[in-house]
Amino acid sequence: MASLKDLRNRIASVKATQKITKAMQMVAAAKLRRAQIAAEAARPYAERMDRVLANLAAGMIDAPDAPRLLRGTGSDKKHLLIVATAERGLAGAFSSSIARLARQHADRLIAEGKDVTILPVGRKGADALRRQFASRLQPTVDLREVKQIGFVNAQSIAQAVLDKYEAGEFDVATLFFSRFKSVISQIPTAQQIIPAQLPEGTPAPAVPYEFEPDEAEILAELLPKNVAIQIFRALLENAASEQGARMSAMDNATRNAGDMIKKLTMNYNRTRQAQITKELIEIISGAEAL
Amino acid sequence: MASFAFELVSPERLLISEQADEVTVPGVEGEFTVLANHAPFITVLRPGVVTIKTGSSVQSFYVRGGFAEVNADGLTILADFALPAAELDSEALAREIAVAEAALGHATSDETRAKAAQNIAWIKDIRAAGVTVH
Repeated sequence: MASLKDLRNRIASVKATQKITKAMQMVAAAKLRRAQIAAEAARPYAERMDRVLANLAAGMIDAPDAPRLLRGTGSDKKHLLIVATAERGLAGAFSSSIARLARQHADRLIAEGKDVTILPVGRKGADALRRQFASRLQPTVDLREVKQIGFVNAQSIAQAVLDKYEAGEFDVATLFFSRFKSVISQIPTAQQIIPAQLPEGTPAPAVPYEFEPDEAEILAELLPKNVAIQIFRALLENAASEQGARMSAMDNATRNAGDMIKKLTMNYNRTRQAQITKELIEIISGAEAL
Repeated sequence: MASFAFELVSPERLLISEQADEVTVPGVEGEFTVLANHAPFITVLRPGVVTIKTGSSVQSFYVRGGFAEVNADGLTILADFALPAAELDSEALAREIAVAEAALGHATSDETRAKAAQNIAWIKDIRAAGVTVH
């Protein structure tokens, strides 16, 4: 049986761990609030963008000269999976559930004989996918230094993706991220961003628009921007989801540490009691022997 | 004077959403002013200053590129980047020029290169003119 001193040490160590997890939980809660505000602030732009795009693209989708970002390359042989995950761990199953969804997707595509490359955004996803897809992995986009995700971050990722598209490195791009539903529920999501998918069921505009410069040129400006916006939205949702996942993971950890402390304290008290009793018996039997 | 709904949004936030009487927008093919009941219209923006008049109050914002959409509901500006004009000092302008120059450096085709060069010229114009702060 562990000595009293060992038990005391263990209790102290679990208490220290509990303090850390508790602090991490509170930090995550504060960051979550900020991330949620950022995600909400970005919503109006994305919504209006969708509307403008739907209005514009409805008339363009069948045109033979429609931009490649809308029409596609005419093949779906080469796929790019953009997997956005966290840079840091201790967030429960957050990164691994996104990676799992991406892995399933990749496995299915590979089984169909498609060519798959993966662009990880965030270290954790890259680590999770490296073992299985090492040869298909592209250099990870590192956002470790970024405190608050800005549109510039999304833009630079989008630029890199668009350059690859122009160079013919892939035909279809799918974005993997975690949609923030609530603090306890984050849903790993796959979204196709190239060729652009239009929001469904948008009615044709009642009034025809005038365009300046012409329709095709506006669309050519709008579509790349839309890619950046979709990535931006995914990054923000991800940031909120990550903090939510971390918060509940750390809440669990704090509770587990509490249970453990309770158990150890009970054990400690029992051991102490047993020792006192033992010493008393020794004294008494010593006295009786005289 | 009839007013209409006006919104200015950047990817990061909604900057302004209110009723306006008159909004002047820097379109890529020239400045234009939107009044109530303007015809439906979509245009690309150039870097410049958006001026919003409501009654007797006037606000202005610097925008870097983006789109303006006019429809029956009003005017929506989707700016890549927007800043109240009062905050646009020489430092912010220098930063804008640096961003535009980085875009020029990144340009791969003649078309995008010409566009980026044009952007730089526009921003320098704003600097030369001095932004009117209301």
